[in-house]
Amino acid sequence: MKSLQELEAIRKKTLESINLRKENAGTRIVVGMATCGIAAGARPVLASFMDEIARRSIQNVVVAQTGCIGICRLEPIVEVYKPDQEKVTYCKVTPDMVSRIVTEHIVNDRVVSEYTIGYYENNQK
Amino acid sequence: MEFYRSQILVCTGTGCASSNSHGIIAAFEEELKKAGIEKEVKVVHTGCFGLCENGPVVIIYPEGAFYSRIKVSDVERIVSEHLVKGRIVTELLYKESIDENNNIHSLDNVDFYKKQRRVALRNCGVIDPENIDEYIAFDGYQALAKCLTELSRDDVIDIIKKSGLRGRGGGGFPTGMKWQFAKQPESDIKYVCCNADEGDPGAFMDRSVLEGDPHAVLEAMTIAGYAIGAQQGYIYVRAEYPIAVKRLRIAINQARENGLLGNNIFGTDFSFDIDLRLGSGAFVCGEETALIASIEGQRGEPRPRPPFPAVKGLFGKPTLLNNVETYANICQIILNGPEWFASMGTEKSKGTKVFALGGKINNTGLVEIPMGTTLREVIYEIGGGIPNGKKFKAAQTGGPSGGCIPASHLDVPIDYDNLISIGSMMGSGGMIVMDEDNCMVDIAKFFLEFTVDESCGKCPPCRIGTRRMLEMLNKITSGNGEPGDIEKLEKLAVNIKASALCGLGQTAPNPVLSTIRYFRDEYEAHINEKRCPAGVCKALLNYVIDPEKCKGCSLCSRACPAGAISGQIKSPYTIDSSKCIKCGACESTCKFGAISRK
Repeated sequence: MKSLQELEAIRKKTLESINLRKENAGTRIVVGMATCGIAAGARPVLASFMDEIARRSIQNVVVAQTGCIGICRLEPIVEVYKPDQEKVTYCKVTPDMVSRIVTEHIVNDRVVSEYTIGYYENNQK
Repeated sequence: MEFYRSQILVCTGTGCASSNSHGIIAAFEEELKKAGIEKEVKVVHTGCFGLCENGPVVIIYPEGAFYSRIKVSDVERIVSEHLVKGRIVTELLYKESIDENNNIHSLDNVDFYKKQRRVALRNCGVIDPENIDEYIAFDGYQALAKCLTELSRDDVIDIIKKSGLRGRGGGGFPTGMKWQFAKQPESDIKYVCCNADEGDPGAFMDRSVLEGDPHAVLEAMTIAGYAIGAQQGYIYVRAEYPIAVKRLRIAINQARENGLLGNNIFGTDFSFDIDLRLGSGAFVCGEETALIASIEGQRGEPRPRPPFPAVKGLFGKPTLLNNVETYANICQIILNGPEWFASMGTEKSKGTKVFALGGKINNTGLVEIPMGTTLREVIYEIGGGIPNGKKFKAAQTGGPSGGCIPASHLDVPIDYDNLISIGSMMGSGGMIVMDEDNCMVDIAKFFLEFTVDESCGKCPPCRIGTRRMLEMLNKITSGNGEPGDIEKLEKLAVNIKASALCGLGQTAPNPVLSTIRYFRDEYEAHINEKRCPAGVCKALLNYVIDPEKCKGCSLCSRACPAGAISGQIKSPYTIDSSKCIKCGACESTCKFGAISRK
């Protein structure tokens, strides 16, 4: 090793991929991936989240899937759990919405209210 | 670095590899490709998780789902359910890792792991041992960096001394002192050696460290090289550990490529390199002077000490020799401080110790516990107790140099000094559990057979003395024991201990002495009553048919290969003991439990 900085650089770079294996207190992005979710296009949404996170090198975020939560008509559904905050549920998510969710909500802590399930339900009537 | 949403960790240590974990990895890779998610999910090879009994073991993150005893045919389901749809396949999970509502709880709360404290094994089962970057991500080579850039050679030795670390290879000599002794002599050439010639029957902790976290050993040896002023290290590893050898080779190459071995490490004037030397499986080569002779290319035979290796060792130069597990603790001590390490354990034995649990126990595998944990906790809580509801009889620690610990000492806190005071020793950490079906004379004979086989033959007490002891044990177990034999055994044992040349000979009588100490009644039963209480020694065994229970079905007489069983259908059969070869076939065929050993 030529220098301590290089060691630190390798450590930081690898830590991103390793973090998944540590007890994690960070943000969890959970995509509904039951049959209904997949049929509604959850897979490209999941892939977009991963791309976006990798592109911005965001630390401490886990992307996970879950089963059907029962409102299949609103799939693809994405839930965001941030530490000490209430869960936020986005519905009818498409890949082009992902970038905004990541930049505004995940990074800057501003919920994208017009994508949330509450907003959608209230504006359907 | 690619971002993966999920990682599949598959154990490829020797235990799981033998139950086809490589086939499972191939199946995962194929199924992931089929599902089109091979770019989202990463398959990682790791070292031993410790729960070898339940291998092959697979952990999937981020959920932390702990799948056990996975077969290739299960893989498709795990991929399509868990990884594609996010539904964990609960019935394939390790049953203790889920609660009654099928929620996964953290592995740290499983009985097997709850009381463990993983220091030497911290990275085993967590990182990919063939990828130096992962080791670095878990603070790897930070300890070396700290030593080379912030600490003087004396500082390093002081830290190790203060931590209270003692040699994990068996003897328990204070490691810091050993380093001090190796630093003292003035010499332009010194060596650092690692003893990975793990030969005790049933012990496999060194193998697991080398397979799961090889860089930890390399880093610690480099630190030792800095502290004592050596430029070259050798790892003496058994050729019977092919996976460990392969991973060490990969690790050494990666460390060299990254400049962590070689010239001017971290830009300092310190240079160090490590090479492997393969041992061909002679037990005596685990003894330090024999190991050094073997590295030199000579016959692996011990020599008298002094001079100790710290003064005159490999190629006549001052040499530091530590065991794998000892090295595995070093980096943690440097990083977390000696006080942290000394806060674990008992007054005279600090830190943790890895034990290889085996024998009559439910959770066969590798456990790391703080010193001072009791045998009862290890066997009943971590080990999950004795299978089939049998009763605990004794635990054997220290391999062929150690002794048996009976049930009356189950609550003794395990540390170096306590084990010696109850007639056993820490040894390298094999722990073989025995239940009521084990004959203690037979166990003593087993270990003595091993030392007789492995005796190098250099000194007469070991070469001839242990053979005489074995002959006496054979006499006792074949029913020809005479009163006075036990006393003769004891006398010979004491003489061998006092006069043998090396540690192997000096400790060889221990299994006999400790079984006589705690199970003298079994020896006496063999000699005086010509009876083996556990029903193991064949010569003393008689199979009898209980006429009350026998229905006269003739199954046993048809199973008997010696034609020793005769009788009339529907009336009780009898066994002719002069023809009986005591194979036990009749006992296992009988449907009515009418045949027993007397």
